[in-house]
Amino acid sequence: MGLPPYATPGQRIWYYGFRVICGLIFFFLVAPIVVVMPLSFNAQDFFTFTPEMLRLDPEGYSLKHYEDFFTNPQWQLALKNSLIIAPLATIISVSLGTLAAIGLSQSHVPFKRAIMAILISPMIVPLIISATGMFFFYSSLGNWMENSLGLDKNFVGYVKVILAHAVLGIPFVIITVTATLVGFDRSLTRAAANMGAGPVTTFFRVQMPLILPGVISGGLFAFITSFDEVVVVLFVGSASQKTLPWQMFIGLREQISPTILAVATILVVISIALLTTVELLRRRSERLRGMSPG
Amino acid sequence: MAEVMQAADGTPLKRSLARALRRQKLRALGLIAPLLFFVLITFIIPIGNMLFRSVENDIVQNTLPGTIAVLTAREETGVPGEDVFTALYIDLFIAEEQKLHTRLGSRLNYEQTGASSMFRRTGRAVGRFDTGTYTDAITDANPAWEDPAHWAATVEANAADLPRTANAWSRWQAVFAAEGDEIGKRNLEDFLFTALYLDLRDADAAPAGLDAAYDAARATDPVSIKDAFIDADDKWGAPQIWETLTLYAPKYTPGYFLNSLDYQKTPDGIEKRPENEQIYITLFGRTIWMSLLITFSCIALGYPIAWLLANLPMRKANVLLILVLLPFWTSLLVRTSAWKVMLQQQGVINDVLVWVGLVDNANRLIMINNQFGTIVAMTHILLPFMILPMYSVMQTIPPSYLRAAKSLGATNWTAFWRVYFPQSVPGIGAGSILVFILAIGYYITPEIVGGTKGVFISNRIAYHISSSLNWGLAAALGTILLVAVLVLYWAYDKIVGIDNVKLG
Repeated sequence: MGLPPYATPGQRIWYYGFRVICGLIFFFLVAPIVVVMPLSFNAQDFFTFTPEMLRLDPEGYSLKHYEDFFTNPQWQLALKNSLIIAPLATIISVSLGTLAAIGLSQSHVPFKRAIMAILISPMIVPLIISATGMFFFYSSLGNWMENSLGLDKNFVGYVKVILAHAVLGIPFVIITVTATLVGFDRSLTRAAANMGAGPVTTFFRVQMPLILPGVISGGLFAFITSFDEVVVVLFVGSASQKTLPWQMFIGLREQISPTILAVATILVVISIALLTTVELLRRRSERLRGMSPG
Repeated sequence: MAEVMQAADGTPLKRSLARALRRQKLRALGLIAPLLFFVLITFIIPIGNMLFRSVENDIVQNTLPGTIAVLTAREETGVPGEDVFTALYIDLFIAEEQKLHTRLGSRLNYEQTGASSMFRRTGRAVGRFDTGTYTDAITDANPAWEDPAHWAATVEANAADLPRTANAWSRWQAVFAAEGDEIGKRNLEDFLFTALYLDLRDADAAPAGLDAAYDAARATDPVSIKDAFIDADDKWGAPQIWETLTLYAPKYTPGYFLNSLDYQKTPDGIEKRPENEQIYITLFGRTIWMSLLITFSCIALGYPIAWLLANLPMRKANVLLILVLLPFWTSLLVRTSAWKVMLQQQGVINDVLVWVGLVDNANRLIMINNQFGTIVAMTHILLPFMILPMYSVMQTIPPSYLRAAKSLGATNWTAFWRVYFPQSVPGIGAGSILVFILAIGYYITPEIVGGTKGVFISNRIAYHISSSLNWGLAAALGTILLVAVLVLYWAYDKIVGIDNVKLG
């Protein structure tokens, strides 16, 4: 949609004006995230640009907030917890979710709509409501596990948060994997069966490699859901299960520390990496399924 | 005779096919079952539990069973007589031993301010009522009453003649049994003797083997337990607490829901709360109003972007799409902290405005901890959820329609408004419902940038869960919010279809 040579001045103004408006909106979308990055190198404990920083004086910049992140035991505990909880929750959502998505994509599934509604519900119900419900239920579940099964309190805390996060990630796995299965050629599994492969062999040797991109991107969604989740963990977990977002939330609400900006920068870099991975996977998946990459 | 079609193994084809179909269905269900159970247990049951808690109210009945039984049986209203106070004395003594009376106090405090301190104070006082005279009289007459074994044997043998005593004794026993303990000599408290005394006073003749105690009881003057209660806290002598207890005696109550809609239960029926106590309707209204504002700002900002993305060549559009997906993939906490950095009085936007000279350094703009902060930050956070569905709808609108309209003589505006816009409405609808559903349940962002004026109903729910501990009210507010979201979601399903939910 280029500008034709016969465009009137009014059309020209509108054409360029519209682009300026769009540019401003893109600026609105990206600027807050970009502004955080240089501020995280601030040598002062402020949330704002110091005169030294504006003069690009090296004195104004430092890595001390990153150092604080990597040495402060509070932040390290939070990082460790996030790295324990998110992968385990992801493994549960991906394994159960992929199986169920394959089941759902069969041609004759009774009560398909009702089952789908139940499986998608953790995504629809606002987090605060899920958190409220889980708060009541998981505290009695935790008491039961501690008192009747005699499990360690800390361990039970992790189990509760991991289960809660796993169920929040499931809708994303279901949605991405069923979407991948839509383009799956059923004659391939029939051909495999025809050549004598059992259902398990067929699944791992034929179906899984083909739907793998969908499974991985579902897994990434589940991972990011857990890694970024704060409301449920605030309600279900206790202080020893404090995750990164939780620590950031405390930091934002109570003691304002620029370490948050250093963490934010690290997380932005991680999300750029994840975004690239998902995009590459999407293209690969479409190529495998014979569609032209969009 | 028509020949029945047969499968290879000789069974009729129809049956063979039916069996294959059944096996296929079972296999599909078998694959789904583990996840379905997982979601039911870890998610659906907790939500159901919350719904149940929003009406559950068994604490009054469980803590004061005797009192409630007498209180609800009576016809008159107002401050009750000695019988109710005696039952309350026994109930409170047992509750105090289990430390349950303070919980009941907090529960009733939601309905009547002051109930919490009233129960705490009375709980401390019940051990020091003047009922020691009964104890002394009965143990003086027969020292065997100082022995728990004698109590157990006598009460069991005369349960029919000593109803109060039998009841109090078995409940007292249950308290100790729950801790794996037995009633010791020290635990023969005054309230047991009070129950025994009252039973003996009511009896026409001495029950078998209780002659000494019977005579001692006859010879002792009664102590007013009612006065002792009013001594401990004079609110027991006012009708309000008794009205509250009667109103909240049933095991299920609509009270929490009435509270969340600024109504209250009174003896005369359901009434609106006084003007200065009405907060929830305002809060629901604000949540909806601000969510609408956020949705409209998202439409206004998202539409041009979606249009641009849909009409640029694929290669350029994909590059620009990254600018939309980057905030979408960035942690919510990162974006919220970014807005805190931007909007503060010493923040980036104010610095720039001061530097440019638009704002005086002394009068920096207040953009955070108010509704403005919440709306700006949430518009930014939810904007990708608006752009993505709009973009996918606009991609399907053929550009030739616009060209056709123009070649038929339509101006640019007419062509857009009459031809393009109507076709993009489904995208706006899908994006709006999605953004609105997400917005009304938001908690983190309003909590950090909203101050007091920019918070949502979810912040109130969190407050009741973690600070005021009024869990029933939190559950009722959550239930109302959940119903609202489900209705919206149902509308979304009707308009867009669940299957069209797409990610990224």
